[in-house]
This record gives sequence, C-alpha cells and structure tokens, in this order.
Amino acid sequence: MIELAAREGRRLENDAIGDSPLAVRGLTVSYGQKPAVFSVDMTVQPGAMTAIIGPNGAGKSTLLKAALGIVKPLSGQVTVFGRPLEEQRARIAYVPQRASVDWDFPTRVIDVVLMGLYRELGLLGRLRARHKARALDCLARVGMRDFADRQIGQLSGGQQQRVFLARALAQEADLYLLDEPFAGVDAATEKAIIAVLKALKQAGRTVVVVHHDLATVTDYFDNVFLINTRRVAEGPVIETFTADNLQAAYGGRLATAQVDQLARVLG
Amino acid sequence: MAGDWQRRKSTSWRACWADPMLRDALLLQLGYNATLVAVGATLLGISAGATGTFLFLRKRALVSDAISHATLPGICLAFLLMVALGGDGRNLPGLLAGSALSAWVGLLCLNWLTRSTRLAEDAAIGAVLSVFFGFGIVLLTVIQTLGAGRQAGLEGFLLGSTAGMLWNDALVIALGGAGALALILLIRRPMTLVAFDPEYAAARGVPVHRIDLAMMGLVMAVTVVGLKIVGLILIVALLIIPPVTARFWTERSDRVVLLSGLTGGLAGYLGAAISASAPNLPTGPIIVLVSFAFFALSLLVAPGRGVLAAFLRHTQFQRRVHLRQGLLALAQGQRIYEPLTLRLLRQAELVRADGVATDIGRARAAKALRDEKRWEIVRADQTQEAAAALYDGLRDIETVLTHDQIAEIDRRIGSPQEVPA
Repeated sequence: MIELAAREGRRLENDAIGDSPLAVRGLTVSYGQKPAVFSVDMTVQPGAMTAIIGPNGAGKSTLLKAALGIVKPLSGQVTVFGRPLEEQRARIAYVPQRASVDWDFPTRVIDVVLMGLYRELGLLGRLRARHKARALDCLARVGMRDFADRQIGQLSGGQQQRVFLARALAQEADLYLLDEPFAGVDAATEKAIIAVLKALKQAGRTVVVVHHDLATVTDYFDNVFLINTRRVAEGPVIETFTADNLQAAYGGRLATAQVDQLARVLG
Repeated sequence: MAGDWQRRKSTSWRACWADPMLRDALLLQLGYNATLVAVGATLLGISAGATGTFLFLRKRALVSDAISHATLPGICLAFLLMVALGGDGRNLPGLLAGSALSAWVGLLCLNWLTRSTRLAEDAAIGAVLSVFFGFGIVLLTVIQTLGAGRQAGLEGFLLGSTAGMLWNDALVIALGGAGALALILLIRRPMTLVAFDPEYAAARGVPVHRIDLAMMGLVMAVTVVGLKIVGLILIVALLIIPPVTARFWTERSDRVVLLSGLTGGLAGYLGAAISASAPNLPTGPIIVLVSFAFFALSLLVAPGRGVLAAFLRHTQFQRRVHLRQGLLALAQGQRIYEPLTLRLLRQAELVRADGVATDIGRARAAKALRDEKRWEIVRADQTQEAAAALYDGLRDIETVLTHDQIAEIDRRIGSPQEVPA
C-alpha cells in the first residue's frame, strides 16, 4: 500500500490526519474478488459540509460503511478526531439509507428517535421524561413533532428520512455521516434536511453526505470528495468540483443532460 | 380420585363448567403431576413467547427450527456417554447438556454456512435441520436396539412426554425460563436495535454478531428446557406463533414482547390443563393448538391488522367511492350502469326505484359537482399546496377549508346557476 502511495507521489506521513473528524488511509473494501473501494485516502475537514460523489457503484456508500466499521475492510486505517474509531463511537452519528430497514417494524416515530439515546441509556438505564423531551425536540427540528406517536409504516419516504435524521440528532454527535439522505424525498423534506445540516455546521459540527445530485453540490456543500473505486479528487467545491474532475470520476457515464446541467451550474 | 369425584358432584356451580375434569385441571386440582406440568408449561410459554419475539422481529424465525432439530444427536450421544460411564442414561440434566451442546454446534454450522458461503439462510437451515435430525434418528434407532430396558423413552423428546414429569424437571424449566427472561431484560435494547436497523446498530458500536449469537443462545435455552413438555419438533410453534399473534394487537415492539409472553404463557397453561382433563391427550401438541387458536382469533378480529377489520375498511371505502361516483354521474345527467352504485343510491334515498334522482339526490349531486369544481381551483393554486395534498376525490371540502375560503373560491367559479344541476 505504501509503495503504491509513493508511486502516486503522495506522502502518507505528511497527510493532515491531525484532528480531522474522519481520516481514512489506504482503505480497500471488496465484496468477493472485485474491490468496491481501492486504496482510498480521505481527510474530512472539520466544521464543514462535505459531499461524497461519484457514479452508481463507485463505492460511495461502501466507503462510508467501511469508515464506520459496518463492513470489514480488507486493509486500511480509519481515525476519528485523531483517535481509533472504536474509542470515538459516541461522537459519530450515522444516517443509513432509508431502504435499509423494514418500515413495517412495530415501532413508533418517537421510539426510533429514542434509539439514538440507547448508548447513553445503557442496557438498563430508565427512560425518563427528559429523554422523551429531547427526542421530541429533535423531531421538532426536522418538522416531525406532530408525528411522534405514529407507526413508522404510515410515513411517506421523505418523512421516514427526517425521522432517521432526528435519531442522529438525538445522539448530539460531533460528526454526522449521511448515506443518500436526499434520494427519493420530496422538495419540502430536502429543504428541511439541508436547513438542519447547515445549522449543524453553524454549531461547529462536521457533516459528510453521500450525494447523487450534481446540480445541488455547489449550493449545499463546502467540500467535495470524488470517488470511482479510487479517489479521484478532494477539496473545496470551488477548486475541485470542475468539469475535468467530474469527467475523470464519471467517465462516459455522465449523461449528456447532466453535462449540460452542470455546464450551467459551473458557469 | 374417588373423593374428588364426590366433591365435584356436590358443587353447585358445576353447570358453569362444561367438563369437571377440565375445571379441576384449570384450578390445578388434578394432582401433583398435572400441577407440575401446568406450571412448567406456563413458564415455558412465557419465556418462549418473549424470546421468539426477537427472533420474529429479526426475521430469522425458522432458525429456531434448525436449532431444535439439532438437539437430537446431542441427547442420544449424552445418553450413550452416560451409559458407557456406568451411570443412568436417563439423567435429565445430562441429557439437556448434551442437547444444548449439539444445538450449539448446529447453530455454528448454520452461521458459518450463511456467513462464509454463498448459501442463503433458508437453504442453510434446511441442510442443518435435516442432517442433524437424520443423524439423531440413526442414533435413536441404535440405542433402541442396544438394551430394551434402558432406552428410557428418548423418543419422548421428539414430541414431549409429560407423564413422568418430576419436581426436578419443573425446576429445570423454571430456572431456565427465568434465566432467559433475565437475559432478555438485560439486552432488550441492543436486540431491538439489531432487529430494526442492523447497520445503524453496527455504526453505533453494538456487536451485532454477538447480539445475534446471544439471541440464538436464548432460543437454544428455551428449546432445551422445553424438550420435556413440547418436544423438539413442536417447540418452534411456541417460539413463532405467540409473537405473530401479539403483532396483530400492537404497533410497539416492547408490547409485542409482553403480549407474546402473555399469550404463550396462557397457551401453555390452558394446553396443559386441557391435556390433563382427559386420558391420552398429548400435552405439547395441545399447547400448540391452543396457541394457534389465539392466533386464528387475532387474525380475524384484531383491530387494524386483522382480516375482518381490513375487509370492513375496504368495503366502506368502496361504498364511499361508488356513492361519490354516482352523485357526480347524476349531476352530469349520465346513466349509471354499476349495480352497486345504483343500490347504494337507492338505499340512501338519493334515487327512486326507477333510477330518477330524488330532490335530496339532486341537491347532493349538485353539491358534489360543485365541490369538484372547488377542488379544481384549490389544486391549481400554488398557495393552497397543503390543502390540495388532501384531495382524494372523496373528502368533503368543508373539512379542509374554512367557510371564508370556500366563499372566495365560489366567487371565482361564478354564481351557482352556471353549474348544471
């Protein structure tokens, strides 16, 4: 791995791991014999919003899951705020893809949000009024307070996504990792989510989002991480979100319509 | 027993009870063994119901079938070992330890097959279940040919045999069940989290694999302590039917656990009592049938998720749609062909028998058409997005908009005369 990095002219030891909220080094993940993510380095900037973008099957979600230890990488290191992942679990909030759970599960909206407090409650800690109040407050922040007692199966896709975000908010974490939060949600939900994420950034938290809508990248994010199995580019949106880098990441897979749209956005 | 009969005859409220034997069984009056069995079956039902809920929520209910069938080789090997060591092969704790050991091996095989090969879990369950059970049956046959006097009815573990249940057996069940319930209480939160959202659980540092193993360990414990009463073939019913029954009645996982334990315990108690009330009624299968009765009842009458409730909701909705369509057709002077629509309109006295609208019918029809026009305006209006989202073609507009808003819309439509009545 080190040889490879050297060949590519990168210097591992000089990378700014420091107190980066999430630093990934030489991460390779493979389902079977084909790597989904290959030797990826990523250094997330603190107090900023970063988008992970790339074509379908480029390993965006896999990168996130490996960084969180949900899937086991073949090789590579992950540090969170300069320390090993396992020591920093309490500081990370994860919002998985909506489709990853069964929405007919017997649970109410408020119960899902309270799951964000399980770590704090411990195994036998009693659920108190202040915990409920906190969960309700998180629901209010995503505009779902009135839905607290609903069964989760009754929610629309956008509402489900907001409940997942509320669960992450309840953790009061420092680093928020979201997997495609805007996929298949209505405009009102997208607006609500982005407002919450921007508020988190204002409060000094770090937000990393797996994102698929190239048209909104410049509006929503400070930094961008382009991936197509390998890292393509990483940096501030203004410098990194360029037509060349996008071409490198997407290759021929960028539809003409998308290119036109981007040409307008990028000017 | 003769004295019991005398006493039973003299009770004045005998008429309330169809069967005096059943009554005595329910009141735990049928003697020592029957009482032990009833208490044991109740405890087993409670712990199996609560344990099974998590399995059911994790969508791995059938794993319990593989685990329970995998107990058989262990029972037989333990018997052979104890006999070889010169002891009594029928020692229950020894047999149960053996069954637990081989169930654990079966579980590890199952886990390995699903995690490390491309085999799907259902295929792995089939493989483990049949191979372990087949091996167990071979061992059982060998034991039966060894020495007829000592085979000790190992085949009783297949479907349970409560005839010779002892105080110690009941104690094993009580302790095992209590242990299982205590463990459930301890790890209910991680188990719920893993069942609902395993990825989120993993991201939070919950050891998903170990929680799954603990859950399976619970299932194993319940299976092993249930061998004596329901046997290894039917224990799966006690693990699956109560949670499925409970799910009909609540939308909260913690209440599913409680209700499931409750129905499981009740089924165990009633089943044991019924089987004690007549000679030659097998305990385990009766318990399973009683819990099935609870399931069937819930399936039918549960509000919300029950079949009857769903049917009623559907018919009611259908009637509303037909009535609305009929009114709109009347308003526009169209002929109504649908028999159900006509029947509903007649029942509501909106049309006469010959199909001509009554006065009320004409008024309601005009109102329905006017509401359609009002909705049209609302839905075309960007500022009314929230109200427009509620449009379903059936809702009365008054339930969504205020009187003033409707008046404003009416002003835009024009005077009522322009609407064809």
